[in-house]
Amino acid sequence: MRYGLLPALTNVSFTLAAGETVAMIGANGAGKSTLLRAIAGIHTPTAGSIRLEGRDITHLPAHRRVAAGIVLVPEGRRLFPSLTLEENLVIGSVPSRRGSWNVARVFELFPWMATRRARPVVYLSGGEQQAVAIGRALMANPTILLIDEMSLGLSPAVVRKLYDLLPELLAAGTTILLVEQDVTQALRVSDRAHCLLEGKITLSGRPRDLSPSDVEAAYFGLAKSTAGGRG
Amino acid sequence: MIESAPSATPQRVTRSRRSARWNAVAGAVAVAVLASLPYLVYANVTGVLVNLFILLSLATLWNLLAGYAGLISVGQQAYIGIGAYAVFVLADNGLSPFLAIPVAALVSGLVAVPASFLLLRLRREYFAIATWVVAEAVLLAVLRSDSLGGGTGATLRGLSDLDPALRQAYTYWAALAVAVATLLGTYLLLRSRVGLDLTAIRDNEIGARSVGVRVALAKGIVYFVAAAGAGAAGGVLIISQLFVQPTSVFSVQWSAYMIFVALIGGLGSIEGPIVGTVIFYMLQQTLADRGAWYLIILGSVAVLMAMWVPRGIWGLISDRFDLRLFPVGYFLHPARGTVKVKS
Amino acid sequence: MVWVNAIVQGILLGGLYALFACGLSLMFGVMRVVNLAHGDLAVLAAYLALAVITGLHVPVLWSALVVAPLFGVVGYAVQRFVIQRSLDVSPLTTLLVTFGLSIVIQNVLLEGVSANSRSLPTGWLASASFQVNSQLSIAYESVIVFSVAVVVLSSLQLFLSRARLGRQVRAAADDLEAASIVGVNVRHVYGIAAAIAFATVALAGVAFGMYSSFDPAAGPQRLIFAFEAVVIGGVGSLWGTLLGGMILGVAQVLGAQVDSSFGVLAGHLVFLVLLALRPNGLIPARLA
Repeated sequence: MRYGLLPALTNVSFTLAAGETVAMIGANGAGKSTLLRAIAGIHTPTAGSIRLEGRDITHLPAHRRVAAGIVLVPEGRRLFPSLTLEENLVIGSVPSRRGSWNVARVFELFPWMATRRARPVVYLSGGEQQAVAIGRALMANPTILLIDEMSLGLSPAVVRKLYDLLPELLAAGTTILLVEQDVTQALRVSDRAHCLLEGKITLSGRPRDLSPSDVEAAYFGLAKSTAGGRG
Repeated sequence: MIESAPSATPQRVTRSRRSARWNAVAGAVAVAVLASLPYLVYANVTGVLVNLFILLSLATLWNLLAGYAGLISVGQQAYIGIGAYAVFVLADNGLSPFLAIPVAALVSGLVAVPASFLLLRLRREYFAIATWVVAEAVLLAVLRSDSLGGGTGATLRGLSDLDPALRQAYTYWAALAVAVATLLGTYLLLRSRVGLDLTAIRDNEIGARSVGVRVALAKGIVYFVAAAGAGAAGGVLIISQLFVQPTSVFSVQWSAYMIFVALIGGLGSIEGPIVGTVIFYMLQQTLADRGAWYLIILGSVAVLMAMWVPRGIWGLISDRFDLRLFPVGYFLHPARGTVKVKS
Repeated sequence: MVWVNAIVQGILLGGLYALFACGLSLMFGVMRVVNLAHGDLAVLAAYLALAVITGLHVPVLWSALVVAPLFGVVGYAVQRFVIQRSLDVSPLTTLLVTFGLSIVIQNVLLEGVSANSRSLPTGWLASASFQVNSQLSIAYESVIVFSVAVVVLSSLQLFLSRARLGRQVRAAADDLEAASIVGVNVRHVYGIAAAIAFATVALAGVAFGMYSSFDPAAGPQRLIFAFEAVVIGGVGSLWGTLLGGMILGVAQVLGAQVDSSFGVLAGHLVFLVLLALRPNGLIPARLA
């Protein structure tokens, strides 16, 4: 896959099993966001393919992927400033996708939203906006939820709170692929993790099988001995 | 845009290469041949060529605005009209109409200065229609002016005692001079610091601003030059017709002509409008007795070209044959062969 | 009293300009496209209405019901096949392409229906008016057109704020990419916005045809009036557009009061002054 003129990702191959939470970790510029955006259908890869339950969706446009159940919570939240909080949620719903998520259930998850449903989203704090972005994605009843840099610009306490909600989403059988710079949070909540460095997967495994020094080495691309010497 | 990655071998960068020098010689010969035409052909041929030169000048200047400075103007007819009326007023006061042409160009340019303060602040969609509104406003002001003849128009004086054959020859030379000055002026402007600034602005306006490119100045100069050139073309127009009517000299039809010519020939190259002008005239002559059809066909072709062949016919030719008559970019000479660096 | 009369007439005329402008404003607000053929489409609609009126022997108001939906369909197709392609090339290309269409429409009309100016027959409506007092009388026609404008603007407002598709239009205007990842088919939504714009400009064209005569070359001036109303009121703001139309209408009628040939010029001057003072319009831009 190529992003712009430079190949941001080369030879990255992995699969997601239904219902699991997979973390994609890596430093800035490792190609994580590009990967998520390609899966969401914003970029078309120049080579390679993306399959959903055996069906090739490489050239499916973004809005059709939402109907197929792949929903992205984008980096920077990307809420619609002209729309109220509630409208930002409602626009996420897809008539063809049935499921348990609706505005009432999102409000159950985030009770504070109910009182501010008619306000424009620009008045919300960063953490609140992130919650709306997650709620908006849930409204589509996703089978695969892609979360891009949820922690960006938020305080650690808020990030922890948002991640603690993930098990609740999992109860509905949702598969989650999250991209995160905050390695501790990502490893805490995920079933499996891949480490991405310069467009390649350098380390994969279950979080409890990964030693901190392995992760650090894969994250920064240091030779094993150097990493060991430092950490 | 660099088309081939520079290698580590020693390189030279030039603005020109041997073929470009031959182009200059060929250009000079072409101008000399064109200049001698009044001695060789009938006046109806030079009459057609006068209109062709006017259109060539206008399309070249419009291409300078749109193709190089990113300014889509739909109101250059304002300056055509101002130039025409300036020649009319100056001739009324005793100046030879031919000598009045450069003054008319200056007048149009000077009117463009205050207009540019208003227009160049606007984003491109606003700019397009605001230029049109300015042209309409100038037209309405002229219509209200009794001293300029109001709606009936203005008849040029000061040429009646000139022999018609001589007048036609002079008109032809004036039109040729304006066209050559426009082409040469555009070429030199694009090779100057302003041309470099425009390239930087076109590639990345904010980035250009941040490294000290004087964006407003560069655009202002281009707008001034385009207005002055349109004024000169308007001056030639009134001399060749001896008469102008405000609704026709200020008509948006002029914008249609220059835009279609530039789009078909190719935006962003000096050669494009030349090719476009020739095609325009061939089409117009072919369909001369079929009313407005040539404009319908021309407009449809221009629309399709803009959508599917954005660099026009000249873009196709120059890509195929690596041909440039007016090199405003740079030539890079690596150890072997020549790498083109476009600007 | 002459001045009161002028202001009332100007405000009513402003309704017509707002009707003209709302489609232009919608297309610019949603897809950043200024359709330079907007005015010519209005003239084309007026000619079609004339054909419907004379062909089917129906009153002018019925002809609008035929022409507006037809234009909606055409608008959707033009957006999907022409404007979208231009947008994909570059934003500048949309200006060039719609300008080309403008000239093509004008000249096709010139070939097809001759340069003679026409007007839409309005029957008894043409001269009917009610007398407020001895010096102030208001034509039914202008009240009807003003009411149509208000109804259209209100419906558009309601559509954008309440309907699912309207919400998607606003979302696409805010952030194209974000709209596509919440499942909005952006190209379809753009088509819908263009369909609405074309349908409203068709209504405006018919209304203008009742007001004054038209000829194949009348389009550019209508485009300019619409654009002036949009810019004076603020792009993307529907009620701002109504305000802008009224300011333009009042300026023109007052100008014409001073000198009959000064009306349109007065409108242009007010526009240029406001543009110099506030390049972004009177009401800050935000769709709906």
